[in-house]
Amino acid sequence: MQVRVQENDFEVATELAAIRRNRPQIGAIACFVGLVRDISEHSEVSELTLEHYPGMTEKALQVIVDQAAQRWQIIDARVVHRVGRLRPSDQIVLVAVATEHRGDAFAACEFIIDDLKTRAPFWKREVTPSGARWVEARQADEQASERWRP
Amino acid sequence: MLRILYFAGLREQLATSQEELPLPAGVGDVAGLLDFLAARGGKWQQLRRARNLRCAVNQEMARFDCPLRGDEELAFFPPVTGG
Repeated sequence: MQVRVQENDFEVATELAAIRRNRPQIGAIACFVGLVRDISEHSEVSELTLEHYPGMTEKALQVIVDQAAQRWQIIDARVVHRVGRLRPSDQIVLVAVATEHRGDAFAACEFIIDDLKTRAPFWKREVTPSGARWVEARQADEQASERWRP
Repeated sequence: MLRILYFAGLREQLATSQEELPLPAGVGDVAGLLDFLAARGGKWQQLRRARNLRCAVNQEMARFDCPLRGDEELAFFPPVTGG
């Protein structure tokens, strides 16, 4: 299990290859990649800056991955989240989960990204034609995270 | 000493990213500390009114009734928007 917070971009193929290496028992990898969109709340976005809480961020991501590993049969999981300045179409986040069977991989991957969106201390600030503004939390993200709670 | 961090829009509004202070007399939990900070007046008053304020104690999400001993790292911030 690995979580990373970094300014640099990541290469999906490289990350998946690292997960697969020397693990012939893996039968499925579910992979989610979040991207910067060029539109938000009906206005254009030319740039996005991601701030985070160094120290807490890594711990929070590890807790989320550990919870997924308690709930599903996971062979390996990896979360890479970028911070700093990003532009539309840039990759923001990678969640990859390797399992024996696809059901666990899909479910755990979706759980991790849903939980990350409401529990990991990242904040987005976007630049639009009318100026820069902090992105507000979406109720839909809270609901997506809630549905995993027992 | 308490170490208090502020993030994102809150950091900008308060023009403060971090500060250290001893646990104020009579303050026993996060809610008490927020009242103390809000009593500074001006821009600090929003800490008492903020409906969308979140808090972490020692780098874990915490509720406002979380007790404080005086040696914690606290953080205040808006709801998170990563992913």
